[in-house]
Order: sequence, then structure tokens, then C-alpha cells
Amino acid sequence: MAVAVAEGSVPIANPRRKSRTAGLYPSWFYLPAAIIFAVLFMLPTFASLFFSLTRWTLQKADFIGLENFAQFFREPFLFQGLVNTLIYGVVTSGLKVVLGMLLALLLTSDIFGRGYLRAVVFFPVLVSTVGVGITFTAMMHPTQGLINETLASIGIKGPGWLTDPRFALYSVALVDVWKGVGLATVIYIAGIVSIPLEYYEAAKIDGATPWQRFWTVTLPLVHPATATVIILSFIGGLRSFDMIWAMTKGGPGFTSDVIASVIYKQYQAGFYGLSTAGNVVLFIMVALIIVPLSMLLNRQETDR
Amino acid sequence: MLMRNLTRAALATTGIVVIMAGAASAQDKVKVTFLFDNAPSTVAMAEALAAAFEAKNPNIDIETESRPGGADGDNLIKTRLATGEMSDVFLYNAGSLFQAINPVQNLVDVTDEPFQANVIDSFKATVTGTDGRVYGAPIGTAMGGGMLYNIPIYKELGLSVPKSWAEFMANNEKIKAAGKTAVIQTFGETWTSQLFVLGDFYNVQAVVPTFAADYTAGKAKYASTPAAMKGFERQEEVFKAGYLNEDFAAATFPDGVTKIATGEGAHYPMLSFAVSNIKELAPEHINDVGFFAIPGDDAASNGLTTWMPAGLYIPKTSKHPDEAKAFVAFVASIEGCDVQTQSAGATGPYLVKDCTLPADVPPVVSDLLPYFQEGGHSAPALEYLSPIKGPALEQITVEVGSGIRSAADGAALYDEDVKKQAQQLGLPGW
Repeated sequence: MAVAVAEGSVPIANPRRKSRTAGLYPSWFYLPAAIIFAVLFMLPTFASLFFSLTRWTLQKADFIGLENFAQFFREPFLFQGLVNTLIYGVVTSGLKVVLGMLLALLLTSDIFGRGYLRAVVFFPVLVSTVGVGITFTAMMHPTQGLINETLASIGIKGPGWLTDPRFALYSVALVDVWKGVGLATVIYIAGIVSIPLEYYEAAKIDGATPWQRFWTVTLPLVHPATATVIILSFIGGLRSFDMIWAMTKGGPGFTSDVIASVIYKQYQAGFYGLSTAGNVVLFIMVALIIVPLSMLLNRQETDR
Repeated sequence: MLMRNLTRAALATTGIVVIMAGAASAQDKVKVTFLFDNAPSTVAMAEALAAAFEAKNPNIDIETESRPGGADGDNLIKTRLATGEMSDVFLYNAGSLFQAINPVQNLVDVTDEPFQANVIDSFKATVTGTDGRVYGAPIGTAMGGGMLYNIPIYKELGLSVPKSWAEFMANNEKIKAAGKTAVIQTFGETWTSQLFVLGDFYNVQAVVPTFAADYTAGKAKYASTPAAMKGFERQEEVFKAGYLNEDFAAATFPDGVTKIATGEGAHYPMLSFAVSNIKELAPEHINDVGFFAIPGDDAASNGLTTWMPAGLYIPKTSKHPDEAKAFVAFVASIEGCDVQTQSAGATGPYLVKDCTLPADVPPVVSDLLPYFQEGGHSAPALEYLSPIKGPALEQITVEVGSGIRSAADGAALYDEDVKKQAQQLGLPGW
């Protein structure tokens, strides 16, 4: 299990990719998959590229060149959405790496009730995102929410977690981390467990302190897990929509809008061409960030 | 055990009987589907209308279905029209939202139906397509966009209904000094934030009579028309003066209705249809809430911005257009008005000729009616005079109304939003 996860962490740009399977099966064997791929993936991709260049009403499409893209970047709240998306991706991904690692260290130690605690950490991952969002929205209500009422009982006036434009995006990001850190933890647990104990024994004999053992043995050797967690959570953060929509709908105003929620609002308003252009922008942005990041993380791994 | 088996058998048998009965009657009945928004008052009204119509027309079976309101509802209507899956009759806004669903291409022309003789012309204008044909009939009553106010607070502090903005702000100051919330806002549901801007249109057109036409042609802008900017500025002013309820950013529409009815706040800028929500949420306080138009600069030219009722439309894809027309004709008749009054209460004047309201209407409605009568001062909201309404207004007014964005900035941003909508509609001059 542990090894499988560690190896499974490099599917995005495997440097050892070779045409090992070429000629292994007859051509017709690939046909069903090829048809599904063409109809359900290739066709919509090219169709969306076309519609992003039009003013589209679902019934007719007028070609307007790159006007939708110009519009998308001209509007302040669309640009704000881009910035927020990056903030959201970095904050959620960063916290998931740090907290996931710390929790994994705790849960691989000889702690009492380890199996139960592992289940507890993973449990939020299994719950519906929208359900979590609605529950936390109620708890974060500025005057009647559980969090601020608890703070008020010890004399602290809590902020409007979701209604103050300074905090709204970060509040949602924290809930996202709470919900998603279980998956990061499980990946890290797998990574830590797969490190051979001999390394630790050797380090101990050389007189390494626990701190040194963490920095020089654990951290480098869980690198595949780190790469997986960063890439998965960063992609998840960049395209995140459900949690934000359930909690703030991008509000107050446009202050917690991310690209995905901006795109959805354009679609709701009937700007189908513009929202398709937004999706193309999102696709390009994710590709531009993730491809180099994944290459970087994987190169470091093979260098070792 | 035996008991349970028997019950199960009995249930199964009745189930079969019911299914057979259903099959038998479905054969000679025409099924007409009817789609409307899920506001409780709409649902009550729509169900009552369907039942009354079925009683009169035993060969037609109205199958009701509700949908979300707001932006989700807009989305659903557009998608179902585009995919040819629209119900035989559907309820949707008149005015600019009606224009956005491409009526000429999607809807059945009802200009020459006999029931149009009963419909008041001012409504017909708001459901007329670009080809000059009429595509709908009214359901529900006309509304006013203005200020709900709490009558006990006004009595307690000895205030009188303001006719000018200065008087309104002076009242607010006294209410705040008395330790009460002067103005309720409920940005937890963003659509409720638009009234300061949209409800100010009577005052805009009083100063700039050609605004609607120039705005549609792309010549007049909110940011460059001082009278139109006022709505944004006033929303900002009310926030800056600290008149809002503490939870304004998270409160919802039902919260706002409850607050205004129970006296937790003195003013709530809202459409007058909220009277049906007061009836539902705080019926014992129905006589504690009054209504006045949003005041402008000049007390002498005070008047009300009015909203048209929603329309009923028939899509071209309907398989039973004649039965659907019969149902629409029933709703737009005096009998239909009476069913609506009984089920949803009297909320304002009907747009069907000779429809009457009962004598004992709640104060919100009796405050509203004089604006509509002969010699009253009212003008339709901009969305009934122009096909363009920018979809992001509610987010912009939330930002202006919570001090995130300045009024001038908000107006300029809204002009951009309007431009997008005009381009999407393919209007000339943009």
C-alpha cells in the first residue's frame, strides 16, 4: 500500500516513460477507449476553444475574435478572481503540506488509539463539501454563529469570518484545509511508513538528534509524498469552486471570488461565450503552473 | 408477522388500484405542465390557480413544478428553453429579464388571444418582443420598490413619513439616537441589496426624463449622470452613517422581514411583495409595517418606482398550446385575480381590468395604492423601460453598501456590466 502510493505519485510526467507497451495489443483493442476519448474529451475541448471566440446564446454564436478574453482581463473583479485563485491555491496547498506532515508524524508514532485517530483525521474527506460549507457558514455567522458566541463568552468580539472582506477568502481556505488535510495526512503516512528503519538506526548510531533525523532522513525520503500532496492540493485549490460557492458565493461583493466562481456567474448571467473563455483561461493557467511545478518536483526526485 | 404481511398485501393491492385509476383518467385528460418559482407565496398562488382551473376544466390536468428564484432560476429557464424542455406554461419576470430569454424565437405569440382584451396596456408593453408582438399575460400584482417602515417605532418617536432624502436621514438620526437600528440590510441574500439603486429610478427620471432611452442606446451612463449616481451615493451614505443592523452582512431576507415586522429595525428597503412574507413569518405584526417611496432630493416631486408582476409564457415547444392558453386566460381573468387574492393575500393592484382588492388590506398595501391611483406619482423601474439590466448589480451594491467600494467606483463598474449585457443582447450602439 505504502509503496504503491509513493510510486503512484509521479503519473504526471514520468521521466522513465518509454513505448514499452507499443505493439502489445492489436489496434482494434484501443478503439473503444479512443472513441470515448475523442467524443467526450477531444471534441468538447475543441468546441470550447471555438465558442470562447464567440458571443454565444446557446442558439446562435457570433464570431468576435479575442474580444471575450480582452473583456475577461479588463474587468476588475475578474482580475481580482485570478489573484484570489492563486492566494487560495497557495494557502490551502501550503497548509495541507505542513499540517499533513505534522499529523502524519503524530499518527505514525506510538500514540494511543492510533487507528481511531487516523480515521478521525480522514473522516472530513468523506463528507460532502457542500454540507461542510453550509455547516461552517452557520458556525461562522458574525453574531449567532457558534465560533463567535464561544469567543464572546470569554470576552472576545470575533470578526465577521465570512462577511469581512479581509477574512472571507482565508476563512473558506481554512475550512477547505480542515476538510482536505486528511488526504494529505494519509499520503504522508504511507510515505513515512515506507522509509526503511535502517536509515533511522544508522542515523542514531551516528549520533543524530531527533531534529536532525527529521530533516535529513524523513523529509528527503518522503519527497514523493510531498510532490503528490503539493500537486494534488494545488490543482484542487486552483480549480476550487464548491466550497467557495457553498460558503460565500464569492462575496461579500466580489472579494472572495476565484476564477471558477467568476466563470460560473458569467454562465448564470447567460454570457456563455465569456464563461467559456474563462474556462480556457483557467485551463491555460493551471497548465502553466502545474506542468513546470510537476517537472521540477519530479526532477528533484530522480536526481536523488 | 401475519399482521404485517396482511398490511403489506393490502397496501400492494390499493397501490395497483391507484395506478390503474391513474392510468384510466390520464387517457382522456390532457396534461399541461406549469413551472413557477419556489417563493412560498408564489407556490401557494400557483397551486390554488391550478386547482381552481382543474375544477372548471375536468379534461385538463395541470402538473405543477417549482424552480429556484434569482440567478439560479434565470439559468434554469434559459437552459430549458435552449434544450426544448420547457414546461407548457412558465412564470418568469417581465421587462429586461423577459428580453434576455429571446422571446421572439422561443415563445408563443399571444397578441391576438381574446384574454389580452382584459390586460392593462402598461403590462403588455413589458412583455412585448422586439417584433412588437405580445408574448405573455400577468400573474400576481404590481409592486412598489421603496421603504418598509415599522409603524410602532414611528409612533413612539413621533416621526412622520419622509418626503425628501434630508427628512429621511433626519428620521434615521433620531432612531439611532434612541438606540435602535435605523436601516435593515440583508446582504446574506445579495438580491435584497439593490433597492437603493433600482428603487430610486422615479427620482432619476424626474430629473432626466430621457435617461431610459439614452441608457438603452448606450449614451447615458450611471457614472456620468449625477441623478443616476444618487442611488449608489445614498447606499454608501447610509452605511457610513452607521445606521445598519449589526448582522447586515450575513442576515437573510426572512431575517429582514422578521426584523421590520417585530420592530428590530425601523426601515427596510424592499419590494412591497414582502407583505406576503410578513403574513407568513410574523402574522401578528402585519399591521405594524407601512410603506413609502424612496425619497428624492425634492419633497415636492416625491413618487414611487413600480415593479410589474411576473408574466406567464408558453414556449413554442409546448405540445398543448391550446390548453396552455386556456390556463393563461383563466389566470388573467377576474376569477383568476380572486383566486390569487384568496391564496396569497392582497399585495397590490392587479394588471387585469376590473380586478378588485378586498376592503381590509394590510397597511403596506393601503400605503401603496395611492401612488398607483389617478393623480398618484409613479414610474416603472428601469428594467421595464430598457431591455438591459446588468447581472452583477447585486454584488456591486453589496460592496457599496458595506463600504468595500466607493459609490463612484460602483457606478462605473456597473456601467461595464451593463455594456456586457447589451452586447450579449446584440443591441445597436454598443
